[in-house]
Amino acid sequence: MADKTTLQYTADHEWVFVDGSIATVGITAYAAEKLGDVVFVELPEAGSSVAEGKVVGEIESTKSVGELFAPVNGTVVEANDAVVSSPELVNSDPFGDGWLIKVEFTELPSLLSYEEYSKLVGE
Amino acid sequence: MGERFQDRHIGTDSVAQLEMLSAVGYDSVEELVLAAVPEAIQVEPLATSTIPPAATEREALAELRTLAGRNTVRRSMIGLGYYDTITPAVIKRNVLENPSWYTAYTPYQPEISQGRLEALINFQTMVEDLTGLDIANASMLDEGTAVVEGMLLARRASKSSSNVFLVDADALPQTKALLANRAAAVGIQLHETAYDLDAADVPELDVFGAFIQYPGASGRIWDPSAVIAAVKAQGGLAVVAADLLALTLLKSPGELGADVAVGTSQRFGVPMGLGGPHAGYMAVKKGLERQLPGRLVGVSQDAAGHPAYRLSLQAREQHIRREKATSNICTAQVLLAVMASMYAVYHGPDGLRRIAQRVHAETALIARELRQAGVDVRSASYFDTLEVGVVDAEATLAAATEQNINLRKVDATTVALSVDEAWTDLTGATADLLGVFGVEAKEGWGEISSRTVREFEVELARTSDFLTHPVFNTHRSETAMMRYLKYLADKDYALDRGMIPLGSCTMKLNAATEMEAVTWPEFGAIHPFAPEADIVGYLDLIEQLQGWLAEVTGYDEVSLQPNAGSQGELAGLLAIRGYHHSRGDQHRAVCLIPASAHGTNAASAVLAGMKVVVVATNDLGNVDLDDLRAKITEHAENLAALMITYPSTHGVYEHEVRDITDAVHAAGGQVYVDGANLNALLGYARFGDFGGDVSHLNLHKTFCIPHGGGGPGVGPVAAKAHLAPFLPGHPLAQRDTIGNRTDADLPWHRNIVSAAPYGSPSILPISWAYVRMMGAEGLKAATGAAVLAANYVAARLRDHYPVLYAGDNGLVAHECILDVRPLTEATGVTVDDVAKRLIDYGFHAPTMSFPVAGTLMVEPTESEDLAEIDRFIAAMIAIKAEADAVAAGRWPADDNPLVHAPHTAQAVIMGDSGTDEWAHAYTREEAVYPVRSLIRGKYWPPVRRIDQAYGDRNLVCACPPIEAFAD
Repeated sequence: MADKTTLQYTADHEWVFVDGSIATVGITAYAAEKLGDVVFVELPEAGSSVAEGKVVGEIESTKSVGELFAPVNGTVVEANDAVVSSPELVNSDPFGDGWLIKVEFTELPSLLSYEEYSKLVGE
Repeated sequence: MGERFQDRHIGTDSVAQLEMLSAVGYDSVEELVLAAVPEAIQVEPLATSTIPPAATEREALAELRTLAGRNTVRRSMIGLGYYDTITPAVIKRNVLENPSWYTAYTPYQPEISQGRLEALINFQTMVEDLTGLDIANASMLDEGTAVVEGMLLARRASKSSSNVFLVDADALPQTKALLANRAAAVGIQLHETAYDLDAADVPELDVFGAFIQYPGASGRIWDPSAVIAAVKAQGGLAVVAADLLALTLLKSPGELGADVAVGTSQRFGVPMGLGGPHAGYMAVKKGLERQLPGRLVGVSQDAAGHPAYRLSLQAREQHIRREKATSNICTAQVLLAVMASMYAVYHGPDGLRRIAQRVHAETALIARELRQAGVDVRSASYFDTLEVGVVDAEATLAAATEQNINLRKVDATTVALSVDEAWTDLTGATADLLGVFGVEAKEGWGEISSRTVREFEVELARTSDFLTHPVFNTHRSETAMMRYLKYLADKDYALDRGMIPLGSCTMKLNAATEMEAVTWPEFGAIHPFAPEADIVGYLDLIEQLQGWLAEVTGYDEVSLQPNAGSQGELAGLLAIRGYHHSRGDQHRAVCLIPASAHGTNAASAVLAGMKVVVVATNDLGNVDLDDLRAKITEHAENLAALMITYPSTHGVYEHEVRDITDAVHAAGGQVYVDGANLNALLGYARFGDFGGDVSHLNLHKTFCIPHGGGGPGVGPVAAKAHLAPFLPGHPLAQRDTIGNRTDADLPWHRNIVSAAPYGSPSILPISWAYVRMMGAEGLKAATGAAVLAANYVAARLRDHYPVLYAGDNGLVAHECILDVRPLTEATGVTVDDVAKRLIDYGFHAPTMSFPVAGTLMVEPTESEDLAEIDRFIAAMIAIKAEADAVAAGRWPADDNPLVHAPHTAQAVIMGDSGTDEWAHAYTREEAVYPVRSLIRGKYWPPVRRIDQAYGDRNLVCACPPIEAFAD
């Protein structure tokens, strides 16, 4: 997966990697750390359509629950089955094997740069 | 004048209190409390109180004896989900009457709760085996509410878009009423059916779920598998309420295709007690576990890799997921679940089957003898219940009363009778019963083979095994049983070992005298639907207690029906809903809840059909008045209620509470005051006087009902007169104890929230005795001592841990929040490390990370003495010094007594690798004897720190094979 400095971000602590018309989405290391040990991930099925800003999944730890928001309008083309069977990937490799969904989109909304996101979380 | 009970209940005497006062900077307790409680809400003592002057322990017991004597214990055949049972004496004495079990808290600190967690996983395994389903939780509040939760689960889990839930016409009447009340609040449509559908009807079904009572309320047993298949085929879930004793002989719900099974474990050795407390149950098919309400025990492993129990999947629950939780229930019925599970452990599968066969055979014998004499026995297929046609049901009931037997009236010409374990143990009972129907027992009549009798279809006979785990097949002798119970109790930390300073939980003394009456048969062996004439003593006790609770809270009416705080909240919010609806204000459905509120508030609001709007909390932990006003303006038209906790969840007397309640009232809203923290208020202020319209109280906090390791609770709902018509009643109540309302005012379901009319009456003598022995003066003195203790802890620990939040004059209420975050920042030592290290020092941790993450909330209560409070303070100071030593580099950040806490005996003797090597940067003595006094008496945790994530990622909720424990 791409260098995190070149990824785009949302204020909901998600990262977006854009390759053509496909956006790969995950949660940031900051979010994973705040959640704690992730024990369960619920993702939308491939083929389902998602709307920007709407809740499409859940990331559950032993002590809290985080919601997965769709960062773009589009159609889910793939959900990461590896993360569903091994939720700990979200903690161990949030920017890599811990990716969550791939969404095919036509228009990309305005997202945050690495610098902007870093400022948001005070790093 | 005898000895004052209040001097036994309150741990600090006047000498100790003077010492504590000097640390806090006040001259008297009265002066301290009056400085802490805002002047605007203080109340003067009532000129005429209904609370009598304090009785001594002997006097209170004598009065309870008199009340008990006014109840009449008859042989109950009423049935409807409640059956007389024989509590094995070894379980009564070693569990129900044993403070090691009844004074424990909910097992949120699993390392010091392994005993009851094992007992609860036995309960889950018992339910899973008997119902034939994969995963059971560790108890529901009762059968009726478990059915409601089953309905709500079906709606969450079903892919059907239907809003209709099918209800069995042969369901228990209290269950039907509960379903009606609860479905209406959340917009579910119920459709009652006798399930006489034939195959042609199946495609017409459009429901998200269906409920089946198995066996039916009438006693009828039929094969529901075709109905279940039809419901599932169109996308719905099948919820089956099943009788656990019958399931030893009947095919299980799982084998019939059910998705969810619910019911009660009452008849497994738990006295009827006029309706409770008992443990309900719920079991589900695999795949539905994340939809389960309530507490679920699972197996994980500790830091040494040994199996260890813990509460699993807590992110489902209301304290985390708030308005999106699977349910609002939190306190369950742990003590009663433990009793029921131990009943199964003691009897084993063969013993349970024998009891069931005896019950079934006796029922068959009664049917045969009645039929031979020409009596109209209408039941064709049954387990323990018969319906009998008579000329005049009232006359038959009267004749039965003559024989000291209670039957059930079905209609003017039909009575029903249910046989139970206790009945089969009574010599001559069946002969007396036959006499009621004018049938004489003839020679040889009693011969019937309990082994071969089967009065239901052979296809429904159980052939599958159950309770095959060794735990259910080992403890047959009383000696073995007694030792198993002791072995488990020894693993746990309860109030009989030391202080449990859990903030917002009020772990005060549960006095022995208060507990005395709980096991008297005049309170225990009474059916919840016994005739009014049989429960006169109970009703007097209930009405007295209601009056006292109304007086101390400033309300007009109280219902004792809610059997947990969560249910009290729901009842209160439903009363508000009913009030608005009665005025045509159906649109008033917005419930304002401060961000700092307990998650249960939000979960309850959703179940009352309300929309939650969160109000911000300011830096001082109080409701942000500007945000409140803005939210009120925004939602003024639709405002239903504000829920506020007082003192706040931060343990502070909010100065502006009157401004808050006035603002809500001005906009047409109602004020719900959460009574969780009432222990800081009794005698000094009353909810009803500062703007509360309705509140729930926690008798298991303020009024001494023991926590039981996670239940029972009692959560009465108290309200002003305008809401009283909407407080819970019950269609089968012997007497509606809410004043000034008539049946005509009430819906048929009577706003019911619990299966039994008066909730859990058998534990009400505890709270009655507490108030009776304290008197109004004593209750006030307890408040003072509790507030003093919290402020003393805050004053003594302030230099070591910042104390978050304070009210007037820098004082806290009955609890204080110690901020561990600066310590974490400076040393890396977390709030978890501090909590687990306290175990090594011999303490139960305070409340962790509520209401603020990274903090500890300490509530010493009035019952702890100064020596114990000082021992706790010393431990906290010593732990701070240990953390400082880590920061100073004396111990590495990853190898110090804090990060490895708690330490088991095995860990210090055998080391981590089991080779007797001690390979740590600190000594064995520093690990387990950080203070010398521990050498004389130490609580040893049985496991090391438990891996929370492992247990959730690898969910196991049944007894593990014993090989798992091999070293």
